[in-house]
Amino acid sequence: MNYVPNTDADRAAMLRVVGAASVDELFEDIPRDLHHPSLNLPQELSELALKRTMSSLAGLNAGADRFAVFLGAGAYNHFVPAVVHHVTGRSEFYTAYTPYQAEASQGTLQTIFEYQTAVCQLTGMDVANASMYDGATAVAEAAIMAQHATQRHKIVVSPTVHPDYVSVIETYTSELGSIVVSSWSENWARTGKTDLSEVQALVDDSAACLVVQHPNFFGCLEDVELLADAVHKAGALLIVIVDPISLGMLRAPGSYGADVAVGEGQSLGNPMSFGGPYLGLFATEEKLLRLMPGRIVGQAADREGRRGFVLTLQAREQHIRREKATSNICTNEALDALAALVYLSAMGPRGLRQVAETCVRKAHYAADRIADVPGYELAFPSPFFKEFVIRCPRPPAEINAQLLKQRIIGGYDLSGAFPALADHMLLCVTEMNTRDEIDRLVDILASGG
Amino acid sequence: MAEVPKDLKYSKEHEWVRVAGDAVVIGITDHAQEQLGDVVYVDLPSVGSEISQFESFGTVESVKAASDLYAPVSGKVVEVNDALKEHPELVNESPYDKAWMIKVKLKDKKELDVLLSPADYDELVASIS
Amino acid sequence: MTEKLIFELSSPGRNTRYVDDVDVPGKDIDISKLLPAGVIREDLDLPEVTERELVQHFTRLSRFNYSVDGGFYPLGSCTMKYNPKIDEDVGSLEGFTRIHPLQPEETVQGALRIMYELQGFLAEISGLSAVTLQPAAGAHGELSGMLVIRAYHRQRGDDDRRIVLVPDSAHGTNPATSAMCGLQVVNVRSNERGGVDVEALRSLVSEKVAALMLTIPNTLGLFDENILEVSSIVHQAGALVYCDGANMNAMLGQVKLGDLGCDAMHFNLHKTFGTPHGGGGPGSGPVAVRENLAPFLPVPVVARKSTGDGDTFFLDYDRPLSIGRVRSFYGNFGVMVRAYAYIRSLGPDGLRHVSENAVLNANYLMHLLKGTYELAYDRPCMHEFVLTGKHLKDEGVRTLDIAKRLIDYGFHPPTIYFPLIVEEAMMIEPTETETRQTLDAFARALLDISSEAVAEPQMIKEAPHTTPVGRLDEATAARHPILRWKRE
Repeated sequence: MNYVPNTDADRAAMLRVVGAASVDELFEDIPRDLHHPSLNLPQELSELALKRTMSSLAGLNAGADRFAVFLGAGAYNHFVPAVVHHVTGRSEFYTAYTPYQAEASQGTLQTIFEYQTAVCQLTGMDVANASMYDGATAVAEAAIMAQHATQRHKIVVSPTVHPDYVSVIETYTSELGSIVVSSWSENWARTGKTDLSEVQALVDDSAACLVVQHPNFFGCLEDVELLADAVHKAGALLIVIVDPISLGMLRAPGSYGADVAVGEGQSLGNPMSFGGPYLGLFATEEKLLRLMPGRIVGQAADREGRRGFVLTLQAREQHIRREKATSNICTNEALDALAALVYLSAMGPRGLRQVAETCVRKAHYAADRIADVPGYELAFPSPFFKEFVIRCPRPPAEINAQLLKQRIIGGYDLSGAFPALADHMLLCVTEMNTRDEIDRLVDILASGG
Repeated sequence: MAEVPKDLKYSKEHEWVRVAGDAVVIGITDHAQEQLGDVVYVDLPSVGSEISQFESFGTVESVKAASDLYAPVSGKVVEVNDALKEHPELVNESPYDKAWMIKVKLKDKKELDVLLSPADYDELVASIS
Repeated sequence: MTEKLIFELSSPGRNTRYVDDVDVPGKDIDISKLLPAGVIREDLDLPEVTERELVQHFTRLSRFNYSVDGGFYPLGSCTMKYNPKIDEDVGSLEGFTRIHPLQPEETVQGALRIMYELQGFLAEISGLSAVTLQPAAGAHGELSGMLVIRAYHRQRGDDDRRIVLVPDSAHGTNPATSAMCGLQVVNVRSNERGGVDVEALRSLVSEKVAALMLTIPNTLGLFDENILEVSSIVHQAGALVYCDGANMNAMLGQVKLGDLGCDAMHFNLHKTFGTPHGGGGPGSGPVAVRENLAPFLPVPVVARKSTGDGDTFFLDYDRPLSIGRVRSFYGNFGVMVRAYAYIRSLGPDGLRHVSENAVLNANYLMHLLKGTYELAYDRPCMHEFVLTGKHLKDEGVRTLDIAKRLIDYGFHPPTIYFPLIVEEAMMIEPTETETRQTLDAFARALLDISSEAVAEPQMIKEAPHTTPVGRLDEATAARHPILRWKRE
């Protein structure tokens, strides 16, 4: 395949204008002995051959179109209404660049303004940016922002936060003289929640922030108000990682004292897509606005007073402030943010509430039934949203292999990341899981085979 | 041509200093605001903080640029122009008057000696524009 | 022409139903039996619209956008080439979009194979030996690459290397990234040919320098003729050369950056390999490194093991020297699929054809314009070139005005005011997918605007005249930020 329109005749005519004898002459600055290296790549394919090749590769994957999925742990199988990709599939959106020329980019700019609004409404925060790469990097950038805001170095991360997120925080802050506290006693393993008395001990006057997830990695709800009080008493910031679907029914972080709300926005109209592209949600309080990383769209007016939208507060960003910028991010996840906006607008408050409640009810139905299977029990007594941890009579890997034979993708095996949770599995139930799927899952567990 | 009042002292980083007893008032010059363009935000230290000569004490942002403010003298900040919070455009409209930035109690009067005279500053501006 | 906000279109009670009723027992149980009192929210103010209104709203907004599919988009440094439709189609196959990142490896062999092979393609194109696909964008790749370089020096007990040398023509992400890695930025000035000033570089290298960050070709669109000397000066000082691969469209199959002395580099799949920019993302910024840096790459990387029944692919987490994760899971897989399809469809000859025509198109357009607009550096360019609009300063017309007027002619403006070292800069990158006729028409527009600027400067200063809104007051927007809609 070839998408170059120049014919040999075009090239000859153009070279005449340029005054070069050949195209090679234009590359004369490249050291001669290094020019035109061998390129050992597969030979070109026609569109038809490419389609066949890619379809066969796709066919090697067990997609949620053919398998029941009870796996969550940071990526979620939620329903995506058809209208979402019909909007994001408009090439006026997906083939545009970052909206640097406002007058030629009002479509993108207005959708980002609407997206920022939707994120503020969901989280109850004052301001939101135009997106970060994913939930994990949003948390890491939030922690760095908290360091700047408080002029403190210690970042305290709850043991109930997604382990990959902890790893990303550690990587991002590794060269910034930060102290990341993520080793706790195993008190959390009894309740599935962050231990308040330990928070009070760890979050002291050297702490920039506490990072908690709510619902947390194990699906449990945290005592967020108590945590907020403890953190604020120490003069630190509370960073809350949210599941945006849960915000269809759970209280907004802004209402219980979160200073920054971040999260993985994939669930909002974006497919699981083997881990990306995803969407980093980032919202905070007005007073932290100028420390916020990422692009921000603001309202403006033209000479005739017509409302329009522009990229604003750009002096925070790398292309202006260079080494003093709040972050190096430029390309973000705009199209995924558009998908999230379309999703939220399509669902509306009632639709989102319905999805959230359906998750809660189905997850509780599944948890109750599994807890009735001899040998299985719920690991934690705490209230949960759409994920929950079960203790299994056999290694989760074995159980998952069994489930896979019945076209069920089982839960996340916690024994690797959490030594305290050997033989524990994290299951996720969403509106996508029918009662029949749940019953089949339970039957297979009960059959012990 | 940028205006350079005769009764002020100047720094190479384009701040002006008005001496009033043992205190000085500090702002940025007409040339500086012209170079920056529309000023949209001024970040100043709070009353009571200490600033040191030639070190950054704040920032001024325009739509397309951000620039550090460098202290022409050392001392304690005794007053801050809060009007700039709501009206950063004053930096463009009235750099030497309404857009004064901070008032500082001088630590060492001798520091004033290394600052530029209006004539020297005029020359500096002419040489770079 | 303006469009109300989706929130302003909302009418209480309007809704389309998308998901099933609860089909498990207990759907009538009060929710407070399942969740404690006090955690449930009372209010949620999201738009209430029907799908018909929603589609109308976003369709109207889409028409306010300029796009590659809508016309010529010569944004320098952004490589706004045509995004092949088949790559979108194959990228949307459910076997790719509906797989969970934590599924058992045996159920995602197709996905892992694509990633493994893409790692290999990028290593081959760069002449380097190992690749991570995890970074989500170019700047994210820079961060990963520079952390890898820090880890490498540290591992060798060379902890004091805390300086990064960055040419004064560099992208703003280079210094911003360095700061995020705890490194101090020292600028290297450019010489009169637009390349790195070799003598300046020689005086700046030392045992304190971790790396030189270099864009090849550089942001002036020039291939640095001293590149081998530059990398050898850096290497002799024990430092490494990091390359910003934003401009790889000029280099495909022409030269391997590894052969030029580059130790680590990032690609921008969304620039060089034809994946769409999405209005600002998603991108993908894989990093390729030389053998000695490979142990430090983020975890996991995709590896292959050969078994009796052929190859299987797996995620390799056993990398004790790794810098760790730079994001969740494995990167922007959806973008990788599209880039993989692009590379497979073009093949090695097709990729060479890309760089040849990108460079020819840029030189052709440069020649059409350089009689009227002054060139920052008058020498053959690579895939882009930098003009200055300073000849119109006397009319009071600035590059910004020229850019806005181009919109009236139906073209997207080039990148302006970058690189910073060129006054009134206009950075033009036509890409290989544009016809000669398009380039001719664009050149004619820029030449016409130059005449208009003399005849009717005021009209140019008020451009654009054909867009849904006119020039917007950015200063007021930044002074009194309104960053969201609020219910009255």
